[in-house]
Amino acid sequence: MSAPLLEVGHLAKRFGGIVATDDVSFAIPPGELHALIGPNGAGKTTLIAQLSGSIFADSGAIRFAGADITRLPMQKRSHIGLARSFQITSLFLNMSVLDNVALAVQAHAGHSFSFWRNARAEAALREPAREALARVGLADRAERLTASLSHGEHRLLELAMALAGQPRLLLLDEPMAGLGPEESARMVGMLRALKRDYTILLVEHDMEAVFALADRISVLVYGRIIATGSPDEIRGNQQVREAYLGDAETAHA
Amino acid sequence: MPPKTSLLTLRNIVVALLLIALALLPVYAQLAGDRFALTLFTRIVIMALAAVSLNLILGFGGMMSFGHAVYLGIGGYAVGMLAKEGVYSGFVQWPVAILASALFALVIGALSLRTRGVYFIMITLAFAQMAYYIFAGIARYGGDDGLTIYKRSQFIEALNLSDKVQFYYVCLVILFAAIYLVYRLINSRFGMVLQGVRSNEVRMRAIGFATYRYKLTAFVIAGVLCGLSGALLANQADFVSPSVMYWTRSGDLIIMVVLGGMGTVIGPVMGAIALLVLEEVLSGFTEYWQIILGPLLLLVVLFARGGIDGLLATLGERFTLRRPS
Ligand SMILES: Nc1ncnc2c1ncn2[C@@H]1O[C@H](COP(=O)(O)OP(=O)(O)O)[C@@H](O)[C@H]1O
Ligand SMILES: [Mg+2]
Repeated sequence: MSAPLLEVGHLAKRFGGIVATDDVSFAIPPGELHALIGPNGAGKTTLIAQLSGSIFADSGAIRFAGADITRLPMQKRSHIGLARSFQITSLFLNMSVLDNVALAVQAHAGHSFSFWRNARAEAALREPAREALARVGLADRAERLTASLSHGEHRLLELAMALAGQPRLLLLDEPMAGLGPEESARMVGMLRALKRDYTILLVEHDMEAVFALADRISVLVYGRIIATGSPDEIRGNQQVREAYLGDAETAHA
Repeated sequence: MPPKTSLLTLRNIVVALLLIALALLPVYAQLAGDRFALTLFTRIVIMALAAVSLNLILGFGGMMSFGHAVYLGIGGYAVGMLAKEGVYSGFVQWPVAILASALFALVIGALSLRTRGVYFIMITLAFAQMAYYIFAGIARYGGDDGLTIYKRSQFIEALNLSDKVQFYYVCLVILFAAIYLVYRLINSRFGMVLQGVRSNEVRMRAIGFATYRYKLTAFVIAGVLCGLSGALLANQADFVSPSVMYWTRSGDLIIMVVLGGMGTVIGPVMGAIALLVLEEVLSGFTEYWQIILGPLLLLVVLFARGGIDGLLATLGERFTLRRPS
């Protein structure tokens, strides 16, 4: 087995009395789609936030591509290849769709102390942005105002922005959140295609999607990983059934 | 629907006419023998420059500075203090005005840009008020009575700033240059970062921008442009006093930006013209002219978020829609 791309060791984070991350350890080898599931409030978003650097862990370590990044600030993590998409859509609503993605490209194209040249005419920014949009099926929306897009399209734009930085690891926080069945199916197709080219940590509520896509699954309950394994192993795990999957999943199976 | 690319919109026609009118104003003043119009519009052009500079950080960068008039004072005192010490050369005075403003902006920005919202407003306000009281306390330079400037900045033989028409054109050329500079700036990579920060700073940092240094740079550029405006203002008034940096003056600049249209390059120029002409006309009727200004501002904020410039764009769209195709 190759060296892991991401390695999390004994990570912990509290908010006052709440233990949001409780001694979490796991590793993701390159090329894997690793899903993180767990009930609401289990600490999934908090874990993603620590991985992307928007909050720092209280203790424990995060290693990425062999380097210790536990204390690395958020904007620097993005430069070494960690890209995050937000559970709650976080876009530049008053700019065009293409501008949104072009900004993500620009963030990784050297410094931006360039004061004179028209950035919207720079092929080096616009072309990769258009490619990322095409990749998620939003090519025909490029010139639209971002605020005018549907929720489903916003989710896809989130993904395009994460892709634009040419990341080595995608941290996706509930990309299916709030999508209708049709849009969800479209997103699953998208993720299946992306899976070929990227290592992905996927937080998702939609069980069908998770079991269809994931190579391995970790189950988080009250901040603690109670099981990690292949979809079949997780389905068969008694502890997981009791703590989380419950009767609904048993009925499905 | 493809975006409309026509240059011939109502708004653009008005902007073009406005710029031409500004360029021809001295001709009108000469022909009509209206010396007062020239004085008023020189002042308007100078304040428009200050408003354009504030718009860079307020309108495009979303930084609600409530102490921007401080650079009017810094620029003005650079000219006034050097003149008082016998240094009249504009080649010295103006660079000093620019450097002093840059330095001030760097310090104020470095401290205030770490905060957000109300704290940012309060810190920028506090620095401006501090400068106000410091200059009011320097007896050698007139204290709160202000400082009379006996000779305007000297450049070359051929350029005489005491000549009203020449001075007007110097101000206008600088204003036009500043507008063009801001226009290039906001469409550059730097400008895209600035607009991204206004739109969603957290996301900007998440995609990898160290936003602080870009905001600070914009803050310094805006301070420099406003300092230049201060140097011009001192020359026009032949006088500088602490009152130019009083907080109500910062408020005036914000009003100009909001009235004209935040986040458009020309909006602040429209705002400066609107506010100062309105002040001139209304104060002829009543000394309580601000009673009329208040509700007017309220109307703009409630019904015309884009200010005058935004209103023109909206009216233009209606006009083209109604036109039979
Ligand atoms: N900034 C915060 N301050 C205090 N408590 C928080 C904060 N963020 C999350 N929490 C708490 O931590 C727990 C985990 O939340 P979260 O990571 O959002 O869960 P999930 O994404 O799995 O639904 C919850 O109990 C939540 O209320
Ligand atoms: Mg969550």
